Amino acid sequence: MRRPDARWGISAATVLVIVLAVMALLLAGGHDIRGSLAAMWNGAFGSTYAVLSATLVRATPLLFVGLAVGLAFRAGVLNIGAEGQLLAGATMAMTIGLLVGGLPRILALPLVLIAGAMAGAAWAGVAAWLKQRFGVLEVISTLMLNFVATYMISWAVRGPLQEPTHVYPQTVELSGAVRLPMLIAGQRLHLGFVLALALALALWWFLTRTAAGFRVRAVGASVDAARSAGGIDAARTAALAFIASGALAGLGGASEVTGVTFALYEGISPGYGYSAIAVALLARLHPLAIIGTALLFGALEAGAAAMQRDANVPSVIAVVVEALVVLGVLALDRARSRRMS
Amino acid sequence: MSDTALALRAIDKRFGATTALVHASLAVRRGTLHAVLGENGAGKTTLMRIAFGMLHPDAGSVEIDGAEVSFSSSADAIRHGLGMVHQHFTLVPAMTAAENIALGGHGLFRSGDVAAQVRSLVERTGLAVAPDARVSTLGVGAQQRVEILKALARHARTLILDEPTAVLTPRESEELFGWLRRFVAEGGTVVLVTHKLQEALSVADEVTVLRAGTQVLTAPAAGLDVHALVRAVTGEERTRPLLRTRLATRGPCVARLVDVSARDARGVVRLQPVTIECFAGEIIGIAGVEGSGVHELVRLLAGRLAPTSGSVMLPTTIGFVPEDRLRDAVIETFSLTENLALRDAATRGGRMPWPALEEHTGMVMRAHNVRAPSPATPVGALSGGNQQKFVLGRELEARPALVVAENPVRGLDILATEHVLRELGDAADAGSAVVLYSGDLDELLPMADRMFVMFAGALREVPVNRSAVASAMVGAMVGAS
Repeated sequence: MRRPDARWGISAATVLVIVLAVMALLLAGGHDIRGSLAAMWNGAFGSTYAVLSATLVRATPLLFVGLAVGLAFRAGVLNIGAEGQLLAGATMAMTIGLLVGGLPRILALPLVLIAGAMAGAAWAGVAAWLKQRFGVLEVISTLMLNFVATYMISWAVRGPLQEPTHVYPQTVELSGAVRLPMLIAGQRLHLGFVLALALALALWWFLTRTAAGFRVRAVGASVDAARSAGGIDAARTAALAFIASGALAGLGGASEVTGVTFALYEGISPGYGYSAIAVALLARLHPLAIIGTALLFGALEAGAAAMQRDANVPSVIAVVVEALVVLGVLALDRARSRRMS
Repeated sequence: MSDTALALRAIDKRFGATTALVHASLAVRRGTLHAVLGENGAGKTTLMRIAFGMLHPDAGSVEIDGAEVSFSSSADAIRHGLGMVHQHFTLVPAMTAAENIALGGHGLFRSGDVAAQVRSLVERTGLAVAPDARVSTLGVGAQQRVEILKALARHARTLILDEPTAVLTPRESEELFGWLRRFVAEGGTVVLVTHKLQEALSVADEVTVLRAGTQVLTAPAAGLDVHALVRAVTGEERTRPLLRTRLATRGPCVARLVDVSARDARGVVRLQPVTIECFAGEIIGIAGVEGSGVHELVRLLAGRLAPTSGSVMLPTTIGFVPEDRLRDAVIETFSLTENLALRDAATRGGRMPWPALEEHTGMVMRAHNVRAPSPATPVGALSGGNQQKFVLGRELEARPALVVAENPVRGLDILATEHVLRELGDAADAGSAVVLYSGDLDELLPMADRMFVMFAGALREVPVNRSAVASAMVGAMVGAS
């Protein structure tokens, strides 16, 4: 009856669709397909620098938020607010980073990362509380909180966190003590990538091997059966998964400011939290597969940036493709389940 | 015009590796009530879905009034005068009865016109439904009437009803059959899909039995008896009568509710203060209609509902077999092993001992005759009977002091029903207190040591008369004194 290979087939087909969609978009825009694709390939994989300083650096925040969305969706929580949780994490990490920048790194850096995770958790916690207390749908509350977070940063970098000259809408740069170490000299790849990989493994282990992870999956698959047959407190389990999801996204934000930007400004995230939905869905919410899809989308975004630079093709092409992926996975999945029933 | 209202000839249908129908045929004469019988998985519903244009046959033909048709959707079937009432209703709960009936119509929607149409339809057919009532506030019987009206509003001359009495009280069933007989007398045609043999014999003109996807018997109901039908349905002689020997001595009290009242999910008080004691080794039969509070009583005893007042004493281990298996008992996409693990999921800590759980699942499968390829098989891939045997196995396996079963054989075929009831009897013999709720008195009476009837939130003990369904008991269920 259930053929897992068929479900993965959908993901594979979707990847193929990505390639075709990119080509169709290029064609529609009147661009030179070969030249554009070559620029894209070179930007993503063409050199050691492309891989270690573009693709993997882009993939890192996608992995954090992809795992965040994956965990929430597995628990049946439609958290589409990873963007806001990431921004909250980035803001808090920056704030704490400026305060503890004078401490030794071994002390300061964990503090900053934990602060980011906690801020993301709190941001998700607001939506979790609204759901628990008033029955507000998390799809709406998390989406709205994304805007709140975006404008909160706009205010912060023009107000309390603005650099001392008050010229630029951004913070000063973080001191070395609160920067994530680079993994390879001369490349931009930082420790956050390793941290994200470890979290993917940990999340996979948690979901498949632990009793608490089993409860999360059960609640996500059927609230009624989890409650009635398992005696599980479904609301509490879902709320905890929701908050943990926010923590993962918040950590992603902390990893960005301490590993890549070293400062806070508007547009610090080009919509990682939204791309995360495509990353998680294409991976069928499987933590290890999310590593693969995060790398794929990291390459896509890095490649699109290079294509804009070198072939003058707008990089929004990556956003279009991501949206197509979400629609494609959802539509094919629905079509498949209709055929099966 | 042909004498045959609906005919399915030599239908083949496969789903992947599963063969659902092999040369299945059915001919329904106009102006008759034709019962289609068979075990679960015999192909009844598949055949009806083909007749109603919801599925395409791989081979064979469908004829309406003697002319061959090819339906590409149920809309085609409706245009040809067919109407179907599904086992699980297809109504929009948030909309009124009239709005539901108007669904699928064309052109402008004027709620006044629609309500008037429905009112005249109600008058003409005698199916009592308030057009302005929200479907979510209607009882099951009334929802079924809305379904029938929906079909009639589209000028259905042939009605297909899939297990219509599964959710009805005895009185509602009687009313439905009375109405169906009148519909047939006025020239309508009815196809009644059921697994209740007695019901088919008493109400149908003709009976067709399907077994393993093939028609094995078609005959006038008048010339048949239950034994002949059982033989045709199961393909074997039944020897063991399912009569539990009466309990000699009962054990200690294992569960006690004293002056307990409760509200349902919407906050409506469903139980007047109710008192009941359950003793080890006995089977308590509970009867009651939908909305009588029986549902809340059962959930209280199962420890799945908190009382609003009164004192509740329950044992630490309770086995619970809920009515809606796929909603409350198992997770379809999870494997058998994972579903077994569900039982202790709330209290378990640390890591999941999957290998041990898998072995354990294999044991439960063998002990309770659950037919599935392996413990890794998703529960959704099992037949309803095997799913229920698995749920029962999981719940009984810890030897709970109290077993609460809510309509445990609803929708099951004869063999699975027998298996489930026998296991419940064995559990009582082994010292569990068993609470058995069923909408079907025929099912309860041979099993119960004591009988209770719920009506309007009040619980009343009634004497057990195993030989026949006492009319007094039916009366108690519907509030007659």
